[in-house]
Order: sequence, then C-alpha cells, then structure tokens
Amino acid sequence: MPTWGMSIDLDRCDGCEACVVACRAENNVAPAGPEQAAIGRAVEWMRVERHVEGEFPNVRTRFVPVLCVHCDDAPCVSVCPVSATYENPEGLNAQIHPRCIGTRACAQACPYTVRYFNWGTPKWDAPLEQTINPDVAVRWKGIMEKCTFCVQRIRRAKDEAREDDRPIADGDVQPACAQACPAEAIVFGDLDDPESAVSKLSESPRAERPLEELGTGPRVFYLKEGDWRGSVGPQSSD
Amino acid sequence: MLLAVIAFGGFQWAHQLKEGLIVAGMNQPVYWGLYLTNYVFFIGISHAGTLISAILRLTDAEWRRPITRAAEAITVFALLMGTSNVLWHLGRPELIYIPMLHPQPLSPLIWDVACISVYLMGSITYLYLPLIPDLALLRDRSPRLRWLYRWLSLGWQGTPKQHKLLERAIGFMAVAIIPIAVSVHTVVSWVFAMTLVPMWHSAIFGPYFVVGAIFSGIAALLIAMAILRKAFHLEPFFRPIHFNNLGLLMLTMACLWLYFTFAEHMTVWYGNEPDEVAVLNSRLSGAFSTPFWTMITCCFVIPLCILSFKRTRTIIGTVIASCAVLIGMWLERFIIVISSASYPRSEFMHDGGLYSPALVEIALTAAQFACFALLYIVFAKLFPLVSIWEIKEGDQTELEAELTGTAEARL
Repeated sequence: MPTWGMSIDLDRCDGCEACVVACRAENNVAPAGPEQAAIGRAVEWMRVERHVEGEFPNVRTRFVPVLCVHCDDAPCVSVCPVSATYENPEGLNAQIHPRCIGTRACAQACPYTVRYFNWGTPKWDAPLEQTINPDVAVRWKGIMEKCTFCVQRIRRAKDEAREDDRPIADGDVQPACAQACPAEAIVFGDLDDPESAVSKLSESPRAERPLEELGTGPRVFYLKEGDWRGSVGPQSSD
Repeated sequence: MLLAVIAFGGFQWAHQLKEGLIVAGMNQPVYWGLYLTNYVFFIGISHAGTLISAILRLTDAEWRRPITRAAEAITVFALLMGTSNVLWHLGRPELIYIPMLHPQPLSPLIWDVACISVYLMGSITYLYLPLIPDLALLRDRSPRLRWLYRWLSLGWQGTPKQHKLLERAIGFMAVAIIPIAVSVHTVVSWVFAMTLVPMWHSAIFGPYFVVGAIFSGIAALLIAMAILRKAFHLEPFFRPIHFNNLGLLMLTMACLWLYFTFAEHMTVWYGNEPDEVAVLNSRLSGAFSTPFWTMITCCFVIPLCILSFKRTRTIIGTVIASCAVLIGMWLERFIIVISSASYPRSEFMHDGGLYSPALVEIALTAAQFACFALLYIVFAKLFPLVSIWEIKEGDQTELEAELTGTAEARL
C-alpha cells in the first residue's frame, strides 16, 4: 500500500503559478471573481505565497506553493463532528463532500490554512463551464473542499496498473500541479518506496517539513538552501 | 416591535439560505464570526439559572426564594437562543441531523451536542418541577387558560407525600445540574481550546469560560429582574437586598474574570511565542485594541467602581454595572473568536481581509435578542415569575422559627 507524498523545491520555484492554474482546471475549482477574492473568499487548493526578505537593495523573494499537506495526525480530522474528513489507508486526507455540513471547524483547526469553504455556489462564466473535468465532482455551496493529491489520477493509475497486471511505477501518478510545473519543482510519489524519487528527495539535507514541530506529520516537504524566514514554509535554523 | 425584529431576522436568514454564507461577512481565515460569538454568549448567559437556583438552593440561602424562577427561565430561553446559532452558522443547516447519525466521538463539537442536549433537558425539568405547585394554584384560581394549567400541573394536590417527592426531585436536580452546567461551558470552550490555533490552545479555557458564563449570567439576571420589577410591579419581591447580594456576587466574578484574563494574556506575553504574540498584539494595540480595552473597562473597571461601595450598589447601580458587563462579555467572546481567527499561523493569511459583520449577521443577532425578550415576556404572562409556594414555605419556616424561638438567619 503506497503512502503518497510530495516534495516541492523552493529553490526552483519562480512563482509562475502554473500549478495553481493546472489544479484549478483539473479539479473544477471555480474562480471567485476579483471582488470576492479581495475579501478573502478565493478558493485555491494550491496557492503560491510570496515572502519577501531583507531591505532594498538586498532583497530576496521566496515563492512557496502551499497546499494541503495530508497530515498523518491531522487537526482537521479530530474536530470534524461528522467524520467528513479522514485519513485513508494510503495516507491521503480525504474529504467526503456529501457528509460535510459546513461547521468550518476543520478550517479553523488547520494550522496551514489550506482548507476552503464554498461560501456561494461555484460558478463558471461562459464559456469556461466547458472546461469542467468530468472525472471530478463539482461541489456545491455550504461545504468544505481542499487538495486531494488529485485522487482521480491516483485511481486511474491504479486501474491501469491493475489492467496491465503490474504494480504502479514511480512517476505513473502525476498530480496536475506536478505535471504543469515548468521548473519540475514538484515531485510526487510513494514515500514508502525507498527507490521513488520523492523518497530519495526526502533524505536530502535541504528537506524540511512545514510546521513539523506541531506534530501534524505533514507529507509534503519543502527543499530549500540557506536560511530565511517564511511562515508556513521552513523556519530558519539559526 | 419585537416580532418585527424577529421577522426581519427570519427574512435575512432566508436570503442567506438561498445565496449561501457568501452574504455573511466571514472569509478565509475568519471562518467563524458573529454566529459563534452569539452562540458562546447566550450559552454563557444560561448559567444564570444554574448558579442562583441550584447553588443557592443547596447552600440554603433564603434570599434566593423570589428570584429562582426568573433565573431558571433565563437559562432555558438563553439556551434555546444560543443553540439557534448553529442553524445560522452551518453551511448546510438542513443536514443538522447528520451529527446524530454519524457522530465523530473525538470531536469537541459532538461533546458540545451531547452536553447541551442534556443541559437543555435538565434546565427545562428544573424550571418545570418547582413550577408545578404554582401551576396547580393557577389551575384552581385562574379565570382563564384553566385547561393549560390543569394539563401542566399533573394533578398536583399539595399533599405532604407529593411535597416530599417534589422536594426530593428538585433537590436531585439541583445537585445534578451543577456538574452538567460546568461541563457545558467547559466543552464549549474546548471547541476552541482543543485546536492548535494561537491563543485558543490554552489549558485555562475551561474554567475561564465557566467563570465568564456565571459572570454574564448574573448580569443578565439582574437586568431581567430590574425590568420585571418595574413592568410587573414586583417591588415587594425583588428587593434592594437581592440586587445588593447579586451585585456582590457579580463583583466577585468580575475579580475572578480579571484574574483569568490577566493570567491568559500574561503567559502569552512572557512566553513570546511568535504565532501567539501576533494575536496578543492585535488585541493590545492592533486591530482589536478598541474592543479589547472597552471589554476591560466594561467587565472590570465599571463594575468595580459601582459595586465596591454600598452607596452605589443600588438597584440602578447594579443595573448599570450589569449592562456594562453584558457589553463587555459579548466583546470578550467576539475578541476570542475573531482575533485568533484573523491571525492564524500562516502569516500570509493575515491580510485575508479583516472581518466585518454583514447585515444578515447583525439582523440575526438582533433577532435573537428580540426573540429571547419575547419568549420571556410570554412566559411572564402565562406563569408566575415569582415562586409563590416557595416564598410561602420560606415565610412559614421563618414564622415557626420565631415562634419556637430558634434563630434562623434570613432577610
């Protein structure tokens, strides 16, 4: 049974947000519009944070893609009154949309602020409704949603592997963000497979897990060189 | 007029049901707003009945007799208003039965559902039981609604055997309701404290919320008593001594509340943990500084000045202090919920857009207060607000004591 995980190389990320757009398209994440986004209603399963450090002229900008880190011991799972979110056997933090009654306790409990609520009914202005991916359910107002590690793609890869009577190979599953990244900063795979690319990257001295000290057990880790101060990203070690 | 406010609230809720919570003011990261604030506030007020009725009954404080019924009524109606907020708050309120079908037992919200259900049953019972003899009185003497009183009084005839049974039942409820009430507000606080959110994740939240609840409960009771006293000419029953004693109790709670608030904020300041300090600073000098310092003034400074001196501890004085306390305590709930939500660990989210309540939230808040008042007025019209038989009983005991020469401390 694989345990899915992801590594994001912050030294490669240049903030192009192709991952954000790809995730939107793949997972039917509707745009909120500029007015709603300005008051904090945007739904972005993947968002790219900009962290600027230093004073001019010694300024550096870090771009940090932030998504659900699929915690091993998730604060959101404990607080949901109806078990609408749970950790599945493959390590995914799954969201069951029909079960959710919208208390938003999970959203408040999440230390990464990566859970999103459908304040209104998601809608696409014409002709964008034609881009809706039939593999993914369109959600409705009043429920929570978040990154699923493109579970539909995981399922497809498993189906194809079963048809060909072979195990899933490393690289068979590519979430939309990993696929779209032009810098190849996002790597996805089975953390339990010592030969997988993501497992090898997890051994790197540059690897750090966000908010690891809280004991959430995140399955997304960042690779970065040198010290800097981010918020959800890795903390300085000096 | 109250009905108009309630109707407007209902209309706004229908609008929210149709469009979704997008019409409310909440956003990311402030997912919890006015509805949660009101929820905690009203559940807090509901501790009025428990304290006065149960604790004073158990400590045999004779001065409680005229005010127990008014206090118990506050508890029931405040609980109903508090829990109504769940309906306004949920993304899908039509599915409110799902927590009953599929409860996740480790969720503090489920503990909340359990405790509040028990508390509501208990409070209604505790309001109803001492009401029975008075209902029988009304059944026998009232010119109208006889059928209602006959049905509700359950065939009470006032025999010694029935009295003994009733006293036992009331005594049992008085003891049982105290741990239930303590557990209720502790569990409400744990909805916040069991998360890792900065300045929510605090061991002190349990007792802090219980103290705050009793504090705001006494204030609500004092205001209710003052209004009822004037409206129903209950001057012989709600006497200055009641306001004086409750005022002293409220002063004690104010000091206790300040102690907890100070301990909470002092440890955060001293520990200097960055995620928590962000929230603390927002309260002391940042976006929430005006509500925060208003809260301190209303919850402590004003009550301290008024209630410390016999000269100012009059009926009017205690009512002014109580109004200040209620405003302050509502602000306390607001600050706890919103300031922590506004400054999550993800610094990037600090610019998420500061929460400001939308019309639907304000309308539903007003509607709740109006509905509470309305329920109370209807109750007062139908049932005696002062426990007639208990006062008679108190008078009888005092008379017997005087006649037989035994000393009895009473008013």
